[in-house]
Amino acid sequence: MGDILRAEGLNKSFGGIKATDDLHLAVATNELHAIIGPNGAGKTTLIGQLSGLQYPDTGTIYYKDRDITRLPAHRRAPLGIARSFQITSLVMEMSVIDNIALALQAKSGHSFRFFRPARSEKALRDGAMALLERVGLGAKAHMPTVALSHGEHRNMEIAIALGAQAELMLLDEPMAGLGAEESLQMVELLQSIKGQHSILLIEHDMDAVFALADRISVLVYGHIIATGTPDEIRSNEAVQHAYLGEE
Amino acid sequence: MERISRQDWIAIIVLALLAVLPPLFLSMGQSFWMDLATRLVILAIAASSLNLVLGYGGLVSFGHAAFVGLGAYAVGIPAHHWLYGGMDPIATTNGFVQIGLAVGVCALFALVTGLICLRTRGVYFIMITMAFAQMVYYGIVSIEEYGGDDGLVIDSRSEFPGISLDDPLQLYLLAWASLVVVVVLVRMIVNSRFGMVLKGGKGNEQRMATLGFNIYAYRLVAYVISGAICGYAGALLGNFTTFISPEMMDWGRSGELMFMVILGGAATLAGPILGATVFIVLEEALSSWTVYWHLPFGLFLILVVLYVRGGLTGLLSGKKED
Repeated sequence: MGDILRAEGLNKSFGGIKATDDLHLAVATNELHAIIGPNGAGKTTLIGQLSGLQYPDTGTIYYKDRDITRLPAHRRAPLGIARSFQITSLVMEMSVIDNIALALQAKSGHSFRFFRPARSEKALRDGAMALLERVGLGAKAHMPTVALSHGEHRNMEIAIALGAQAELMLLDEPMAGLGAEESLQMVELLQSIKGQHSILLIEHDMDAVFALADRISVLVYGHIIATGTPDEIRSNEAVQHAYLGEE
Repeated sequence: MERISRQDWIAIIVLALLAVLPPLFLSMGQSFWMDLATRLVILAIAASSLNLVLGYGGLVSFGHAAFVGLGAYAVGIPAHHWLYGGMDPIATTNGFVQIGLAVGVCALFALVTGLICLRTRGVYFIMITMAFAQMVYYGIVSIEEYGGDDGLVIDSRSEFPGISLDDPLQLYLLAWASLVVVVVLVRMIVNSRFGMVLKGGKGNEQRMATLGFNIYAYRLVAYVISGAICGYAGALLGNFTTFISPEMMDWGRSGELMFMVILGGAATLAGPILGATVFIVLEEALSSWTVYWHLPFGLFLILVVLYVRGGLTGLLSGKKED
């Protein structure tokens, strides 16, 4: 099993703050790799660099052994990389199904088409509907996105990542702000897609991470201090000292 | 055919009224109202073009008057040379050539300036579009041959086979038919795949990038389409006023276009038409009532922006769609 994603020696500073500090990371094909770390450890900055919305100052990112360090976000998506956002990032003005259909549209041919109504394209609509059914939002497909709850927005984020047919999904805190019940449903949802995609999961919810992850990396001050299976991480002293003990 | 929404109905009703009322006024000898209607229909075309980028694309262009002006000069300059000689390749009163020139020049201007403007965001985009428009303004002012800031009289209107723009009714009907075509075109574009991406980029640019859309390219194409349509409106306006001057592209004019869009309801089909209608009629009515008409006019505009979400179309349809 090869690595689908490798980050080697990433550094990124904002002013005097080192958000990413000589970071090395490898995500194996079809594994669910979780990143945990205290607040301010640089998790979101890391995912920003992996998805191409930010660039590292130094270091290299390989996707399937291809250097993508400086590739902009819109050119990484066609390679099979999708990301979800920690702060829900949907097009609020549009309906739920329109949001999902856009993800499918990105995957099916070009969109410099000016005349045919996009909402009459059966493949896009049916595909979007199927994805919404899968995340339990079928009944709300035609509601305005802004009218849905936070938990439902999180599910839409997953539906969009699925719609992008990504080989590598970068999920930025999909459980952020969810209640206990909703979190359990999200764990189930992630459980159901695990193994079919490579997933890099950034998450604060420890129960979820230890339930889902094949491997866990611990990020502290922009540097990965340990990588291993959930059991190895649980018993790692440096990790306990830096992170778990403080919880 | 997809379902016709409430907003579409508003657009259809307003367009129908505009088809019937002004010719009726004309037949009653009220040529003043015909003039007013011609101006507002032409400005509604310009406002609709602005709405494509401002309303649906979220790109607040503060320089659209430049396209109106360029379009008008694309009629005036060939007509000027046709009469006084010089510049033989473009010296003509042929309407197709003039309109082709207006649309072509404006599309090109939109492409070149868009390449630069669209690299900026928010208030910087507003300022840079305005700066480019002012460049054109001062450029025209400096050309002595075309009257500088005194402007240029168009001695001969664009000529088309079978119709005469010297006849106010024919000119009006051409403008009205053009508005209908533009509204249908904009509706088609915003509901197409392209339109979905454009609207998505307005709502959430980062999301669109991570889905794989190069939003910059989509915006540039929208900006070029918008500029071309606005240039066409300028060509009509030149034919209507038969007098053109750099004042047409003053930044205040761009502001008026913006206002029509926001007043009528940005990102709605009927918005720019309603906005242009209310703007022009109110301006006329208030200025005939008092010389201090700017004050009540300004207060009205402020009130609408503050209290009417979705503009007049939002008010009429009860809710904002898309």
